[in-house]
Amino acid sequence: MAVLTEEQSMLRDSAKSWVQEKSPVGAFRKMRDSGAELGYDVAAWNEMAEMGWAGVIIPEEFGGSNFGYLSLGLVLEELGRTLTASPLIASGLGAASALILGGSDAQKSEWLPKLADGSAVGALAVDEGPHHRPEKVAATVSGGKLTGKKTFVLEGMAADVFVVSATEGGKVELYLVKADDAGVKRSKLSLADSRGAANVEFSGAAAEKLNGGAALLEKVLDRVRAGLAAEMLGAANQAFEVTLEYLKTRVQFGQVIGSFQALQHRAAKMFTELELSRSAVEAALAAIDADSPDVPELVSLAKAKMGDTFHLVSNEMVQMHGGIGMTDAHDAGFYLKRARAAEAAFGNQAFHRDRYARIQGY
Amino acid sequence: MADFGGTDLDAFRKEVRDWVEANFPASLKGKPNPMAREERGNDPTPEQEAWRKAVGSKGWGTPTWPKEYGGGGLSGAEARIVQGEFARAGAYNPIGGMGVMMFGPTLLEYGTEAQKQEHIPPICRGDLQWCQGFSEPNAGSDLASLQTKAEDKGDHFIINGSKVWTSGGQFADWMFCLVRTDPAKKHEGISFVLFSMHQPGVEVRPIPLINGMAPFCETFFTDARAEKKDLVGPLNGGWTIAKRLLQHERSGISGMGGGMGGSSLSDLAKKYVGVDEEGRIADHDLRNRVVRNAMETKVFQQTAFRVMAESKGNSGPSAATSIMKNAGTWIAQERHELTLEIMGHQGLGWEGDDFAKDELEIVRAWLYGKAFTIFGGSQEVQSNIVSKRILGLPDLTQAQ
Repeated sequence: MAVLTEEQSMLRDSAKSWVQEKSPVGAFRKMRDSGAELGYDVAAWNEMAEMGWAGVIIPEEFGGSNFGYLSLGLVLEELGRTLTASPLIASGLGAASALILGGSDAQKSEWLPKLADGSAVGALAVDEGPHHRPEKVAATVSGGKLTGKKTFVLEGMAADVFVVSATEGGKVELYLVKADDAGVKRSKLSLADSRGAANVEFSGAAAEKLNGGAALLEKVLDRVRAGLAAEMLGAANQAFEVTLEYLKTRVQFGQVIGSFQALQHRAAKMFTELELSRSAVEAALAAIDADSPDVPELVSLAKAKMGDTFHLVSNEMVQMHGGIGMTDAHDAGFYLKRARAAEAAFGNQAFHRDRYARIQGY
Repeated sequence: MADFGGTDLDAFRKEVRDWVEANFPASLKGKPNPMAREERGNDPTPEQEAWRKAVGSKGWGTPTWPKEYGGGGLSGAEARIVQGEFARAGAYNPIGGMGVMMFGPTLLEYGTEAQKQEHIPPICRGDLQWCQGFSEPNAGSDLASLQTKAEDKGDHFIINGSKVWTSGGQFADWMFCLVRTDPAKKHEGISFVLFSMHQPGVEVRPIPLINGMAPFCETFFTDARAEKKDLVGPLNGGWTIAKRLLQHERSGISGMGGGMGGSSLSDLAKKYVGVDEEGRIADHDLRNRVVRNAMETKVFQQTAFRVMAESKGNSGPSAATSIMKNAGTWIAQERHELTLEIMGHQGLGWEGDDFAKDELEIVRAWLYGKAFTIFGGSQEVQSNIVSKRILGLPDLTQAQ
C-alpha cells in the first residue's frame, strides 16, 4: 500500500465501508440475474456519484474534487473487490480525462460538471475489432460529421456522450459525439462478465473535435488502463483472500486442505505476485499524478503485470475451490469472467509487453 | 563527522569529496573490491591495504554503525552521500564480507556491551574476516536439526562436529556458529557462539562447485574451543538470533534481483541475434522472454522501493524480505538463462582465447546462480515461511 495522505486514507475508508455495506458481490449477482440493460445498478451509481467519486480527477471549478489518479485508483480498487459494476472507469476516468486534457473551455463547462455529479455518463469508443489496436482507426470525420463502427464500447448503452477516435485528413483525433444524435445507433453486447458494453455505429453524426490528436488518445488510454489495473488489483486480492479462507476451512483427509504443501506454495506464489503487482499499479498511478514522461512505460508494465496476476489468481480460485467453484451459485466464476474481460480491455498482456519493448527500443 | 547531524549536507559532501580525493589511490579507480575475489587467493596490494585502512579508520565502510564501536555514526542521508562520493570517484567500499552483511548488525542487536566492544571495531576496520557456521551435512533446509555439539566446560565450550557451505571459510579469522547445547530439544537446544578459526581443532576444506570455483568449505571441529564470554544471547537461546541473522542474509541475496536492468539483456540480444526491419529483436520468441524479464526486474525494483518507503521507521528487514528473496532470485536466474541463450555456443565456453571475457564469465555466473534459490533458505523454505507467517496456513514443517 502506497503511503497515503490523510484525505486519501479517508477516501479509501469511505469506499471500503460503502462497498462492504452496500455493494457486496451479492449485489452484482442480483444485477446480473435481473438482466439489467445498462450492466450496472443505476441507484448504486447515483449513490457513488453523490459521494463525489465520479469527480475525483475533475478540477474543482468544474464540480470535482481534483484529488488525482492515485486517489481514484483507491476507490476503483475497493469497487473491484466486490466486482461492483458502474460507469466510473468509462465516465469519471475515461471521458473525464479526455475533456480535462483535450477539451476547450466551452466543452469542459458543458460536460465536466455533469460527469462529476453523475447526471451524464461518458464513454470511450476506440476499438473497432476483437483486439485493442488504437492506432488502427477506420472511422473518419469529414465536414464535422463522423462515420464508422466502434465495438466493445464500455458503458456504451448508458452513455450520453461518446469520446470517439477517428481520422480527419489521415490524422487520428478524438471527437465528442452526443448519444442522442440521429446518426448514432447502438446495440447491447452481452458479454461473459455481465458488464455494460455496446456496439455503436456512427453515420454522419455531429462530431466536435478535442484538441490533442493521437497523443491525446494515448494519454487518455493510459489513464484508463491504470485505473482498470487498480480495479483488477482489488478484484484479484479479494479472489485470493476468499480462496485463502477456503484453504483454512475446507477439510479433506481429516485436515484442512491448507495444510498441504502443494497448495501452500501455490498460495505463497499468488501472494508474491499480488505484492509485486501492487507496486506496479501504484507506481503507474503516481506517475500520472506527477505527469512523468515514464507514464506509457509504467502503465504498460502495470496493466501487463496485473493481467498476468489476475489471470493466475482467478484460475486458482476455481481450481482450489474444486467442484463448488464450478457452480454458478459460487462467486468464483464471476471473478474468472471479469478477469478475462479486464485483461482484454484496453490491451492485453501481449499488447502491453510489445509496447513496453518498443518504448525501450527493442 | 557525526557533528554535522544532517544540518549541512552540502558541507559534508564537500568534506567527503576532498577526503576521497586525498586518500583514494588512483591506481584502484574502477577496480572491484578485492574481497569479492578472495576465492582466487590473491594477497592484497599495498594500495588496496592503504585504502582499506583509510576507510576503516573513518568508519565509513560501515557508515551508519555507532561511532563508539568504530562505525561512521552517520545518518542515512550522510551515508548515501559517502556512497555517492565513492561511486563518483570510482572507489569501492573495502569494508565488507559476512561481518558487515550479517554478523555485525546481529551482534549490535543481541550482543553484550563487552562483546560489541571486542568484535565490532575489527569488522569496521576490515581487520578480521568472519564466516558463518550454520548448515551441516544433515541440516540444510531443516537447519534446526543441526548436531554439532558444544560441551559446557565451565569457562569455555568444547565443540565437535562439522559444518558445510562455509562461505569463505578458508580465508576467515572467526566463525559465528550454531551449536547444540541441549540434545533433548530441537529449536530450544541451540546456542550461538563465536570462536577463532586459527586453532588446531578447526580444519577447513574448500568444495569445488559446478562452476569450477570453490567459494564454500567444509569445516571440521575436533575438540575446538569457544570461550564462554563469546556466547551470544542466552544458553539454548541461539535460534532467535539465527532467525534474525538469516533475515539480514536474505535481504542481501534478494538484492541480486536488482542491479542489472533488462536493457542490457536487450542490447546483448540485438548484438548476438540481430534485429528485424522494425528494429525488434529478430527472434520474437526470445524478444518476448527478454521483455518479460525486463518487466519483472522493473516490478521487483518498484517493490523494493515500496517496501522501503513503507517500512521507514522500522529498524530492520520486515517479513516482506521473504517474498523478495524468491522473487529476486527467480528473476536473476532467468536473466542468466537468457544471457546464455542469447550468446549461443559462445556462451558455453569454459576457457581459452576463443571466447570473450564476458562470455567466459556468464557460463560461470549462470552455474553459480543455481545456488541463489538454495542458499540462505531455499525457495521451498521461503514459500513455507510465506505460507505460515504471512498467510497463516497450518505449519507442518516448523520452518524457520
